[in-house]
Amino acid sequence: MTDIVSSKRVIPDRLGSKTSRLLASWEVLLFGVAVLIFVFNSFASPYFLNAWNLSDATFNFTEKAMIAFAMALLVIAGEIDLSVAAIIALASTAMGAAAQAGIGTPGLVAIGIGTGLVCGAFNGLLVAGLRLPSIVVTIGTMSLFRGISYIVLGDQAYGKYPESFAFFGQGYVAWVFSFEFVLFIILAAAFGVLLHATNFGRQVYVIGNNEFAARFSGIPVERVKFILFLLTGVMAGVASVCLTSRLGSTRPSIAQGWELEVVTMVVLGGVSILGGAGTIAGVVIAAFVMGLVTFGLGLLNVPGIVMSIFVGLLLIITIAIPIIARRIKEMSR
Amino acid sequence: MNRLLKNREILLTVIIAAMIAGFSSRAQGFASPGNLANIFNDTSILIILALGQMTVILTKSIDLSVAANLAFTGMAVAMTNAAYPDLPLALLIVTAVGIGAFLGAINGYLVWALRIPPIVVTLGTLTIYRGMAFVLSGGGWVNAHQMAPSFLNVPRMPVLGLPILSWIAILIVLGAWFVLTRLPFGRAAYASGGNPTAAIYAGIDIGWTKFIAFVVSGALAGLSGYLWVSRYAVAYVDIAAGFELDTVAACVIGGISIAGGIGSVGGAVLGALFLGVIKNALPVIGISPFAQMAISGIVIVLAVAFNARAERKAGRIILRDRGAKEVSA
Repeated sequence: MTDIVSSKRVIPDRLGSKTSRLLASWEVLLFGVAVLIFVFNSFASPYFLNAWNLSDATFNFTEKAMIAFAMALLVIAGEIDLSVAAIIALASTAMGAAAQAGIGTPGLVAIGIGTGLVCGAFNGLLVAGLRLPSIVVTIGTMSLFRGISYIVLGDQAYGKYPESFAFFGQGYVAWVFSFEFVLFIILAAAFGVLLHATNFGRQVYVIGNNEFAARFSGIPVERVKFILFLLTGVMAGVASVCLTSRLGSTRPSIAQGWELEVVTMVVLGGVSILGGAGTIAGVVIAAFVMGLVTFGLGLLNVPGIVMSIFVGLLLIITIAIPIIARRIKEMSR
Repeated sequence: MNRLLKNREILLTVIIAAMIAGFSSRAQGFASPGNLANIFNDTSILIILALGQMTVILTKSIDLSVAANLAFTGMAVAMTNAAYPDLPLALLIVTAVGIGAFLGAINGYLVWALRIPPIVVTLGTLTIYRGMAFVLSGGGWVNAHQMAPSFLNVPRMPVLGLPILSWIAILIVLGAWFVLTRLPFGRAAYASGGNPTAAIYAGIDIGWTKFIAFVVSGALAGLSGYLWVSRYAVAYVDIAAGFELDTVAACVIGGISIAGGIGSVGGAVLGALFLGVIKNALPVIGISPFAQMAISGIVIVLAVAFNARAERKAGRIILRDRGAKEVSA
């Protein structure tokens, strides 16, 4: 067995040319997959190539993708947050309770995002402050956050939201472009800049690649991780505002299982689950791929749970293919 | 006293005993032998699954697909039983274990041969296995009246005062203890999680060890599939949804380190019993069952914090090699 490696990655003596690297990159490969699915779908169903249908399809992924951007940063830094779906539930419950008390739309949005912030801070405190492993901590807080929703709501549901609140999940900014889709694009750009063009983004990569080296380089590892958890919590809060507004009601089981889909989106986008590598562009394309797959299958009347088989297969196969390809390359050498 | 506190098994036993005493002061008869036997029987399936999960966690992996595996296997045997009521029960149980082991082997193979991180593999197979349960059943239910009497009754049959379900759990606890502490595989599992580099130098095949651990976990999930369906007398796609987290919780509470290599069979069993006692006590002392999720969340967080304190060694951690940390215990 060759399990002993000093570095997670092999560093070649000389890199290939820029174009060849670009062509072989994960993002380009994934983009090709997205185009293939798009073409396949437009042949498979006559209802696919319709601006309004496609616009509807974006709702399949916009909310999850918002969280996936923040989660991508977290995974690149070598941590994970499995409590995001539970944060959505708790934030939605908080907004629901506030709406029953007669609080207006701006207040509801603030409460939703604020709940996300508090939950994120709680996770961050446990992981960065007490240096606990994030995977178990967030499994615990996942039960805790959703558990609080269950205590508050039990088998009941909140429904009475103010009319203006519906805009976030059902409103359109221009023509077929929904508020959610526009927000998704803006957030993609913002996270792209944050990760790829700021010192903070650089620090995230360094932490994910080598936490010890990061410490010795004077990077405040704990502070960066705390901020990342905060950011993930806030994005879960934003997603909760959109989802609650779109559904117009809150049950404690809202967004059940989304944490897995968000992680799938991140990993499918080429972010290494071991940390240290990945791009926002990849996550954006992965969001489209997952949205197109579920929408296409939906048009073909495939039930949701069967779609989840495809999502699971997609996750495993997309990770397995590069590994198998590398293995074949090594063998032929 | 300090050393006593550090021993997770003793500490947990004391806490569980204190909880039982506390609950019985609120509700007469909670501590009666009959009720305690009931709680143990109710927790049997969690104990079995937690032991499989523990084996996987020891090797520095995690198996999030156990509940989905359970659902698929349970559905498969329930449908087989409904279609062919005359098949002997033993054959069905062997089938359940076989299907479970096969699904576990898929996980293990992906982790072993392709080196995909276990959390990614089992996140993927979690959705796939549960989806397959839907495809298999078409979304339908198998109800009690479709199942053969022997299929339903054997796990409930009392032997020496305890139902067979409890005896199965006890046998598996003993088996797990034997395998993990007395057989080469157990040593290999602890070694490959505790210090992978040293394990390789000691001639242990880490990939193979992980593969076997996943097969064991899968086989136990398969067995639990039959036990679950028989106990609750119904099979549908969503049975045991989210139960994988309970198994991880039981392990974490029992002092099994999520980083691998640390933990005991006794700890996992006590961790499961801890959750079982809470679950059974809530309705008795008049707390809404809806509170159970939040309580187990708090318990998991506390247990992780506690584990980390117990595992942390003196000295500056940043200058230590990760592998060397466990050695100085």
